[in-house]
Amino acid sequence: MTSASEAPPTFNGRAIAAIYRFEMARTLRTPLQSVVSPVLSTSLYFVVFGAAIGSRMQSIDGIAYGAFIVPGLIMLTLLTQSIANASFAIYFPKFTGTIYELLSAPVAWWEVVIGYVGAAATKSVVLGLIILLTATLFVPLRIEHPLWMLLFLVLTAVTFSLFGFIIGIWADGFERLQVVPLLVVTPLAFLGGSFYSIDMLPPFWRTVALFNPVVYLISGFRWSFFGVADVGVGVSLGMTLAFLLVCIVATGWIFRTGYRLKN
Amino acid sequence: MPPMTPIISVSGLSKTYASGFQALKTVDLEIRQGEIFALLGPNGAGKTTLISIICGLVNPSTGSVRADGHDIVADYRAARAKIGLVPQELTTDAFETVRATVSFSRGLFGKRKDPDLVERVLKDLSLWDKRDTQIRRLSGGMKRRVMIAKALAHEPRILFLDEPTAGVDVELRQDMWQLVRRLRENGVTIILTTHYIEEAEEMADRVGVISKGEIILVEDKTELMRKLGRKQLTLSLQTPLATLPESLAGYDLTLAAGGDEIVFTYDTKAERTGITALLQALGEAGIRFRDLNTSQSSLEDIFVSLVRGRS
Repeated sequence: MTSASEAPPTFNGRAIAAIYRFEMARTLRTPLQSVVSPVLSTSLYFVVFGAAIGSRMQSIDGIAYGAFIVPGLIMLTLLTQSIANASFAIYFPKFTGTIYELLSAPVAWWEVVIGYVGAAATKSVVLGLIILLTATLFVPLRIEHPLWMLLFLVLTAVTFSLFGFIIGIWADGFERLQVVPLLVVTPLAFLGGSFYSIDMLPPFWRTVALFNPVVYLISGFRWSFFGVADVGVGVSLGMTLAFLLVCIVATGWIFRTGYRLKN
Repeated sequence: MPPMTPIISVSGLSKTYASGFQALKTVDLEIRQGEIFALLGPNGAGKTTLISIICGLVNPSTGSVRADGHDIVADYRAARAKIGLVPQELTTDAFETVRATVSFSRGLFGKRKDPDLVERVLKDLSLWDKRDTQIRRLSGGMKRRVMIAKALAHEPRILFLDEPTAGVDVELRQDMWQLVRRLRENGVTIILTTHYIEEAEEMADRVGVISKGEIILVEDKTELMRKLGRKQLTLSLQTPLATLPESLAGYDLTLAAGGDEIVFTYDTKAERTGITALLQALGEAGIRFRDLNTSQSSLEDIFVSLVRGRS
């Protein structure tokens, strides 16, 4: 059974591929839950707020309301799905005990993260693009900076998948798994300018809104569509990268110390 | 006889959990290349903690471990690539198929795809017919086989089996013993923990006993069995003796029960046990007995006395 000839890899790309394929296969086994459900629920927003109510709303910054809310709604789905995908992906092996195999394999922590976060982010980006295509069925859309749009899409998906991964490790029960996405992220996304420009808020609440990190994500993403933003695109990009860096550092610390992974 | 090179060296290993529970107290242990080593111990003795540290599931508090010459922390990739682990709990991905989960394990350990090897492993474990079945549809015994297949998927040189036959039926137990022997013949070092003394007797080259986080005995099984192979013949006398007659000095005899019994210790594996000669000598010395019985201490007796001696 042994083959001592094959030296252990210094970079375990096969492990990354194995984890990635495993996670993508899990999604493909549950297309209704993983793809159809989030696309349908977001599409309902387009129908209600875009096609129905939107036609009676004033335009914002010269953009029809139905189109104005598209970037925010995509971002809302991107955040919640990235967190849900990645947190469940790592929490479930902890829950069932199959994580023993991951911990005993010759794989570096960052390779594990690339596998899980890569798969979660891929799913989110695909979902985001499907929702974007679906939106064009209901509202007229233009994308002024498509490359920036893709950059924000990927960066946000990766950042919040990483954030979800951390939540999945931190959670010691299904309730905790849901606490942060439901009680923190969803309110921040709704209050982060998905449905309005923060310039529409009174000065005090506008200042408060600037402490909401989601404002920067939505603002940057909306800028890539329409060329208008609540805050500068450089600031949006900087804030996204800063949050990504914080998540990377936190994940590294978790694996170095074995927090909630190794007793 | 397996060569003496240690394939695993455990040095000064201890583990105290965050709760304050000290699971391991300064454990030193060497596992020889190519041997089957049985680690015995009662529940909570530290068997699983020791295995978990060696395999990378638990961080040690102090000490170090080398697997095939590689430090399990500093050189974890090389160390872990050599090790396969079958944990005690039946933990599987319920919705995966047997073949997919075994292939996943191989990829996780950085090995290139090898459908022929996966097929061989599945056939060895009588899983080939179930290769495309979801794991949740398998029986407990089959799931246990799947876990072994996953551990063998990357062709480890060292295999840890944590309570491999706990809760499995006799047939599967026999199958597993055969598999373990085949693996050993192919050069795989096997470390198994077990509650079943007969499993250690049946399988192991060496036996280690752990109790309350300490290794209290490591012994070659043959040596242990040689010691255990000594039997005792107890003769209950019709008339008590104050001392043994000089004519019986050549026998390994002791007086017991206040002179009511003579105990003769002999080696069952010796060419001649000396029983016939002893009985003849007793008759010639005029010693009559009313009853006799023989007894043999088992590995279990030794195990229990060792563990109790520590409590």
